[in-house]
Amino acid sequence: MTLWISGYILLLVKFGLVLGCLLFLAAYLVWAERKLLARLQIRYGPNRAGKFGLLQPIADAVKMITKEDIIPAEADQSIFLLAPTVVAATALLMFAVVPFGESLAIMGQRIPLVITDLNVGLLFIFALSSLGVYGVALGGWASNSKYSLLGGIRGAAQMISYELALGLSLVPVVMLAGSFSLVDIVNAQSGYPYILVQPVSFAVFFISAMAESKRIPFDLPEAENELGAGYHTEYSGMRFGLFFIGEYVHIQVLGALTAVFFLGGWHGPFLPPFVWLLVKMIFIALVMIWIRGTLPRLRYDQLMALGWKVLVPVSLVNIIVTGAVILMVG
Amino acid sequence: MTEIQQKNISILTAITAIGQGFATTFKHLFRKPITEQYPEEKRELPARSRARIVLTRDPDGRERCVACYLCSAVCPVSCISMQSAEKPDGRRYAAWFRINFGRCIYCGLCEEACPTSAIQLTPDFENCRRDILTLVYEKEDLQVDHGGKDAAYNFYEYAGVATDEGPKGSHEKESPPVNVRSNMP
Repeated sequence: MTLWISGYILLLVKFGLVLGCLLFLAAYLVWAERKLLARLQIRYGPNRAGKFGLLQPIADAVKMITKEDIIPAEADQSIFLLAPTVVAATALLMFAVVPFGESLAIMGQRIPLVITDLNVGLLFIFALSSLGVYGVALGGWASNSKYSLLGGIRGAAQMISYELALGLSLVPVVMLAGSFSLVDIVNAQSGYPYILVQPVSFAVFFISAMAESKRIPFDLPEAENELGAGYHTEYSGMRFGLFFIGEYVHIQVLGALTAVFFLGGWHGPFLPPFVWLLVKMIFIALVMIWIRGTLPRLRYDQLMALGWKVLVPVSLVNIIVTGAVILMVG
Repeated sequence: MTEIQQKNISILTAITAIGQGFATTFKHLFRKPITEQYPEEKRELPARSRARIVLTRDPDGRERCVACYLCSAVCPVSCISMQSAEKPDGRRYAAWFRINFGRCIYCGLCEEACPTSAIQLTPDFENCRRDILTLVYEKEDLQVDHGGKDAAYNFYEYAGVATDEGPKGSHEKESPPVNVRSNMP
C-alpha cells in the first residue's frame, strides 16, 4: 500500500517537474527565438521588458490571459474550443516517454528518470504526432473561415505526408537498437551516438520533424502572407496561446527526440545526464531558429515533392542498406 | 552533357546556394544591429522635415500672420480656421487662429501658401495624445517668438499697404504711388 502511494506521489512529482520545465522552457524559447532571429537579421529583438527583454515571456503571458477570448458566431463552438487543447496536449504528452537520465536510487527505491518507459514508446510518439494533426485540421475547420480552412487542410496534408518519412527514417534506429522503447534506444547509444552511423536517417528525420512541427521553411499551414495566420486566424487570447505553446513545446520535443534517437540522449561526459539532454535540446532548437532565419518558405508543390519524391525513397533505401549491413556484420 | 549530369549540377548549385545563405545569416550574428533605439537614440531631422505647425514672428517680434485665409483655403483636410481683424495702425491679424492637429496631415501646403512666412512646419513630430481634443491648438499654443526658417523677413517692409511702417510707396522696392490726375499725356 505504502509502495503504491509513494509511487503515485513520485509520478506526480515527475509530472510536475517535467511539465513545469517544459512550459518554462517554451516561454523562454519564444524569447530566445525572437532574440536570435533578430540578431540573424541585424536587429536587437525584444529589449524593453526587463534586462535584455527577459521579462518578455511574462508580459506576453499576461497579455494572452487578459485578452478577450473571441469565438466567431459561425464557428462550430465545441470543436473550436477543443482544437487548441489537442495541439498543446499532444505536444506535451510526447515528452512522457523521453528519458532524461539513468534511474536514480533514493531510499532503496529505483526511480527511473522517465515518466513512463513504454515498450512501444516510439509508436506512442507517432500516435501522438498523428493526433496533433486533428488539432490543426479541426481548428481550421471549426473556425468557419476560409483562411483557417485552407490552413487546416494544408496542415493535415503536410503532416500526413511527412509522418511517413518520419516513421521510415526511424526504422533503421529501431533496427540498430532492437527496441521500440526510448530508454533502450538511449542505452544502446552508450558507446557512440547513432548520428555517426545513420547520418542519412538523421537528415530525413530532422527535415520531416521540422515539417511536422510546422516550422519555417515548412510553415505553409500558417503562412502569414497568404493565409493571414492559417488555421489559428480566428483564435485569440489564451486559445491562440495554446497553439503557440503547442508549437514551442513541439520544438523541444523534436529537440529531445533528435537527441534521443541520434545524439545519444542523456549520454555525455562530465555534465550530469539531465543537463546533457537539455544542452542537446537547446542546440537543436537554436539550429532550427537559424534555419528559420535563413530559408524562405517552400511552395506547396515543392513541399509535397520533397516529402514524397525525396524523403520517402531515401529513407526506404536507407532501411534496405541498413538491413543489409546489419545482416553482413551479424 | 547528359540530362542526369545537368540535374546533378543544378542540385549542387542549389546546395551551395543554401550553404551561402546559412553563412550569411551566421555572419550577421556577429554584426552590430543597425536598429536605432528610438526614444533613447533620436536621429537629427532635416530642418525642412514637416511636423508640428507654428506661427512665427517678424524680426521686430510682432505677429507675422495677416489672417489672409490662404492657408485655411489651401488646406486639403480643412484643419485650419481663423477670424481676421485689423489693428488701428492698419495691420491685419488673426483674432483667433486654430489648427486641429487631429486632422492635419502635415502636407505643408499652408506653409507654401503663406505670403508672410508666418505659418511654418517644424521637425517636432512627437505629438501623440491620449485625448484627441488636446490636439486642437489655439493661437497661443501655436505662436513662437522667433522667425523660424525666414528669420529676417518682415512682410510689412514690402507690403503695399499703409501702416505704422510708413505710407504707401515708402516700402522697399516700391516707388511712390502714381498721381493719376497728373499723369496726363
